[in-house]
Amino acid sequence: MNLMDSTHSNPMSLCSQADSQRTLYPYVTGTSVIGVKYKDGILMAADMGGSYGSTLRYKSVERMKPIGKHSLLGASGEISDFQEILRYLDELILYDNMWDDGNSLGPKEVHSYLTRVMYNRRNKFNPLWNSLVLGGVKNGQKYLGTVSMIGVHFEDNHVATGFGNHLARPILRDEWHEDLSFEDGVKLLEKCMRVLLYRDRSAVNKLQIAKITEEGVTISQPYSLKTFWGFSAFQNPTVGAEGSW
Amino acid sequence: MFRNQYDTDVTTWSPAGRLFQVEYAMEAVKQGSAAIGLRSKTHVVLACVNKANSELSSHQKKIFKVDDHIGVAIAGLTADGRVLSRYMRSECINYSFTYESPLPIGRLVVQLADKAQVCTQRSWKRPYGVGLLVAGLDESGAHLYYNCPSGNYFEYQAFAIGSRSQAAKTYLERRFETFQNSSREDLIKDALFAIRETLQGEKLKSSICTVTVLGVGEPFHILDQETVQGLINAFEMAGEEAPAADQGAAGEEGAAGEEGAAAEEGAATEEGAATEEGAAPMEI
Repeated sequence: MNLMDSTHSNPMSLCSQADSQRTLYPYVTGTSVIGVKYKDGILMAADMGGSYGSTLRYKSVERMKPIGKHSLLGASGEISDFQEILRYLDELILYDNMWDDGNSLGPKEVHSYLTRVMYNRRNKFNPLWNSLVLGGVKNGQKYLGTVSMIGVHFEDNHVATGFGNHLARPILRDEWHEDLSFEDGVKLLEKCMRVLLYRDRSAVNKLQIAKITEEGVTISQPYSLKTFWGFSAFQNPTVGAEGSW
Repeated sequence: MFRNQYDTDVTTWSPAGRLFQVEYAMEAVKQGSAAIGLRSKTHVVLACVNKANSELSSHQKKIFKVDDHIGVAIAGLTADGRVLSRYMRSECINYSFTYESPLPIGRLVVQLADKAQVCTQRSWKRPYGVGLLVAGLDESGAHLYYNCPSGNYFEYQAFAIGSRSQAAKTYLERRFETFQNSSREDLIKDALFAIRETLQGEKLKSSICTVTVLGVGEPFHILDQETVQGLINAFEMAGEEAPAADQGAAGEEGAAGEEGAAAEEGAATEEGAATEEGAAPMEI
């Protein structure tokens, strides 16, 4: 399996013509992903937006996918790099299944594998421009971790990427607790997603919630959150500062 | 086996469809000193006889820790065995690094077998002259495998390789049905008995054998000489010929003494009952 292909033949990998072969900036990006552990497994939420810079261009991008029997991967950042990661994982799971021996890669193994991939690419100055959330359950053990584009990785009871770290994690730190029920977990995630919808410019109001338990993965149909814009401060918004500027 | 015109190259078939060089490699395994392995649902014990070239030299290392959850005992060309152990350690550590998880033993033995097979199909190579008893854990519990120079591998409840291994195999064949539910202590005792069978009358001492244990929650490790001698003394004191058929005993080293006494009466009836078993474990 050849993950790191293009740049290794060229020793001057940082300059001139080699630059066209490494990632410099992302083009089509997804925004936050949030994940929490709950009683039966993991709940994850992400909206379905794919932004092209400041344009909210694609509105049906599935940013969470099941991996093998035991894991669920959510990604923010460059969508094409996420698709590339899905190809690598597809091959990984395929070879794992081909052993046909009763052993299977669990979420911890997939998380470690992704960490190695992300960190190796970062070391070659050609990162996969994503922040990933990997959750799963195997043999009753719940697992939730995250990996960033530079290979920073850790596990926790609740994780988020991008703006989710700033807007959702504080809510989760106050309100998350062990053994959340499914309904409470969904309510908590929706609360976080609503804040993100109000405050994150790249959020769109079309989201999915995914759950993974010992039984398997379920990703909900897309739906939208109710929002409220009827604040009195929004009537006559320029009353304090007339004139254009 | 006699010399013939088809045995020079590993890449030459005989008219009967045999690869003599591979078979000769398996002969080399039979010349090495004995190694035995047995397993229960949760534990695997490997034991071997340590032969030293002379009184002046140290004995060869025949059991290697490959990872916390895998160990291997070898018989045959120990140099080949060391090289393969190094390969196995490398595979385990690379897998652990990438996946933060132990390499399932079932996968390691397949990789080992495929590596051995390559040497049976290249004119510029020779087969590895070593048989490996690989003990390990994976998701489904404890396992014991035997890897051949031919590239074949088999899973066993108990097995013995090397010189005079047939005596140990006969002993293990009588008892193997009890191993699956054996306690850790009984398994070690059975291993020592099997080793004693290969010694053909020579006195069993902890200085001439090595015993290793691996289990769920217990990383692979070599039992120190004192512990092994203690176990030997415990059953020899009672003058046991063969252990009792009872599996209820959960002996600690201290309790082994009283087990020994009970076993003496059990031994006579055991011999009678055992012969009707006749069930043989998987053979090559």
